[in-house]
Amino acid sequence: MKVRVRVFAALREILGKDEVEVELPEGTTIEGLWGQLVDDDDRLKPFTKSINFAINHDFVSKETELNPDDEIAFLPPVSGG
Amino acid sequence: MFEIVQDILDVRTLAQTVASESDGAIATFSGIVRGTNKGKKVLFLEYEAYPEMAVKMMERIGEEVKATWGLESLRIQHRVGRLNVGETSVVIVVSSPHRDDSFAACQYAINRLKRIVPIWKKEVFEDGEVWVEGPMESLEVS
Repeated sequence: MKVRVRVFAALREILGKDEVEVELPEGTTIEGLWGQLVDDDDRLKPFTKSINFAINHDFVSKETELNPDDEIAFLPPVSGG
Repeated sequence: MFEIVQDILDVRTLAQTVASESDGAIATFSGIVRGTNKGKKVLFLEYEAYPEMAVKMMERIGEEVKATWGLESLRIQHRVGRLNVGETSVVIVVSSPHRDDSFAACQYAINRLKRIVPIWKKEVFEDGEVWVEGPMESLEVS
């Protein structure tokens, strides 16, 4: 299945775009998807400890399995205010 | 009202929207861009949001304030884009019959915003720039 991932802040600058499209096997978890992106670009690796995951505008656990229609987002630690 | 905006923020205008005859107190908070951080001179900040999720998380803070203090008057606006030193990045207002509840709810709202609302700031210095990272924590807010 094909999924689209929104990325923000430092991640967006590293990847040079605000959205990436990834081809995945069914049943992939959001952590598995993150691992695939890190394998493709090791500049993302330092974020592995601090990254939070969101699906459809809610924070989710790293074990959450993905569906093709999900709006997936990778969020560095937030710093608003 | 929970909004991500590009425009200049005005806490007084927002405070007027929560005034009511039954409330004797309005607490307000304005977040201001500081000119220095850790001794370094800041030229300006760049704020970025995940707008749809940011609004959803601010609405959640509104629900939490309602559940804890019974107040439905919380309003938050956060600005994004380039902000110069001295400009207002976020405004929060809340009214209550007596002051204790609005003070507490206002402080709760800004603390919570800094933890769960997906907004990021980049500090730009004379010799470089850095994305500020908030506290590292695993968020599984449901």
